[in-house]
Amino acid sequence: MLKNLSKSSFISFYNPQRVRNLRERIIAITLFGCGVFSILVTIGIIISLFSEAIGFFLRPEVNLITFLTGTNWRPLASQVSPENFGVRPLIRGTLMIAVISGSIALPLGLGSAIYLSEYASDRLRSILKPSLELLAGIPTVVYGYFALSFVTPILKVVLEDQLGIRVSFFNAFSAAVVVGIMIIPIVASISEDAMRAVPRSLREGAYALGATKFEVSTKVVVPAALSGIISAFIIGISRAIGETMAVTIAAGATPRMTLNPLDGIQTMTAFIVQVSFGDAPSGSINGQSIFAVGATLFMMTFVMNIISASILKRFREVYE
Amino acid sequence: MNLTSNIQSYSINFHDDATIINANQLNIYYSGKLTVENFNLQVPKNKITALIGPSGCGKSSVIRSFNRMNDIIPGFSLEGKIIYKGKNIYSSREDPVRIRRQIGMVFQKPNPFPKSIYENVAFGARVNKYQGNLDELVESSLIQAALWDEVKDKLKESAYALSGGQQQRLCIARAIAVSPDILLMDEPASALDPVATLKIEELMWELKDKYTIVVVTHNMQQASRVSDYTAFMSLDREKIEDRIGVLVEFDETTKLFTNPKLKETEDYITGRFG
Ligand SMILES: Nc1ncnc2c1ncn2[C@@H]1O[C@H](COP(=O)(O)OP(=O)(O)OP(=O)(O)O)[C@@H](O)[C@H]1O
Ligand SMILES: [Mg+2]
Repeated sequence: MLKNLSKSSFISFYNPQRVRNLRERIIAITLFGCGVFSILVTIGIIISLFSEAIGFFLRPEVNLITFLTGTNWRPLASQVSPENFGVRPLIRGTLMIAVISGSIALPLGLGSAIYLSEYASDRLRSILKPSLELLAGIPTVVYGYFALSFVTPILKVVLEDQLGIRVSFFNAFSAAVVVGIMIIPIVASISEDAMRAVPRSLREGAYALGATKFEVSTKVVVPAALSGIISAFIIGISRAIGETMAVTIAAGATPRMTLNPLDGIQTMTAFIVQVSFGDAPSGSINGQSIFAVGATLFMMTFVMNIISASILKRFREVYE
Repeated sequence: MNLTSNIQSYSINFHDDATIINANQLNIYYSGKLTVENFNLQVPKNKITALIGPSGCGKSSVIRSFNRMNDIIPGFSLEGKIIYKGKNIYSSREDPVRIRRQIGMVFQKPNPFPKSIYENVAFGARVNKYQGNLDELVESSLIQAALWDEVKDKLKESAYALSGGQQQRLCIARAIAVSPDILLMDEPASALDPVATLKIEELMWELKDKYTIVVVTHNMQQASRVSDYTAFMSLDREKIEDRIGVLVEFDETTKLFTNPKLKETEDYITGRFG
């Protein structure tokens, strides 16, 4: 988007026929500047991220292989050695949050989108959709405390008191639940836009064959809107992976190689917050480790975007 | 001759067994505005009935009420009865989904689903929980729609790879795959070139033995070529600003075109024929 903007303003800037007067010229220069600025900032962030990360890996105390394969993340341990810099517990924590919140948000988000797009009357939709989007405006800190003060106590009562399953005060599950709730609006809103864009003629074609409303929704509208729905899923999951505040508050600060969502864990983002708040001196191994983790997180979302782009290409059901 | 309110209209009458749909004193409204008034029509069985008339006179509104397609339009309402197989399809006991399985529809613009050719034809069977052999059904439907030879080697390809005329025949194949009694066609050839149009018309002739066809058309040559009976609708002249559609004349196609009973019909068909 910004790329296109800068390109077109660049052209009109140098095209004397289209730039008639000074005012237009100033506008063109300003817009061009905006585009260039945002690109430069992005490049700058990536460069600083990766140069610090490379600095980290060039240190004798760590190496890239044990970083990627190691199962212990103890950057604050007194003994600084490669074994203490294995990032997998953090990756696992992040993925656990993403998987659990995704399995909450994707079905619920898609369900709400189907309801809004196919079942709700125009009036109801004009009330429901803005309120759903309001949900997206709640600060994530609030979600974090909601997890601690509401979800975790419920888990304690239901699982620990009734069933005897131990639930840590800080646990991945309650964080994932609130992250799931947090991303429902995005998933629902983008999916609904995609479904509303499906032409009415397709729905009529299906109705005319004796399809019920449910069949029209699930067998015609959803498949036809699939590329948009997959985008919605990817954007939702990316939000879950990058989500910071709620997981820092509710999931704990214990990097752990576990599959039990009722344990405390630490996500990549939560680690970055923890070290940043700890005033780690720049250039120190801790200060650099957050860039290594950040670069890993960046690569994960980057790969996800590439995968999603190729999925989109394959599953696109184009309609005229 | 049949004088209702102050509109003059002419309509032939059939023996009840010869008809399949009886529209009885229909009034059609959109958001409370009367759009078609006092519409009566007996549709003869296993014949092709054409519905002609100027744009906006309510042809689509009428044909779409024959299978309750209008139910999905917000603001639509209808008074009167449409009798099909002895029952009023608008009675509250009737399920519109069941009615549409028996009364299929083909639309003006080809609207295949963004799926493979095969899945398009199989769609109706799948939602109707068809028990027989799906491959055979797809093949026989495509044969009936005169499309089989053109697509038999690419059933798995997207329906959008077909030309407009082929897409429209695919939509016809899709409609007859659920073996309806009646096929409603709303200007099925108006988006197609003359060759593709001719193919659709030939196809309608072939299908006449098995199905009753009601076709809306703007094209009077088409109506005279293809149909057995023709109903001419127009806007009520007495209240022309209200734009209320009425049935003017319904007769055998040859009679209506060669010897119209009413002046209004004559004006319309001669005006169009030049
Ligand atoms: N969904 C709708 N909502 C409101 N008004 C409608 C709707 N559909 C049709 N109408 C109105 O009803 C009248 C009849 O429309 P209809 O489409 O039935 O005419 P038609 O004879 O099929 O015209 P055409 O030959 O242009 O297709 C028109 O005045 C139209 O504006
Ligand atoms: Mg029409």
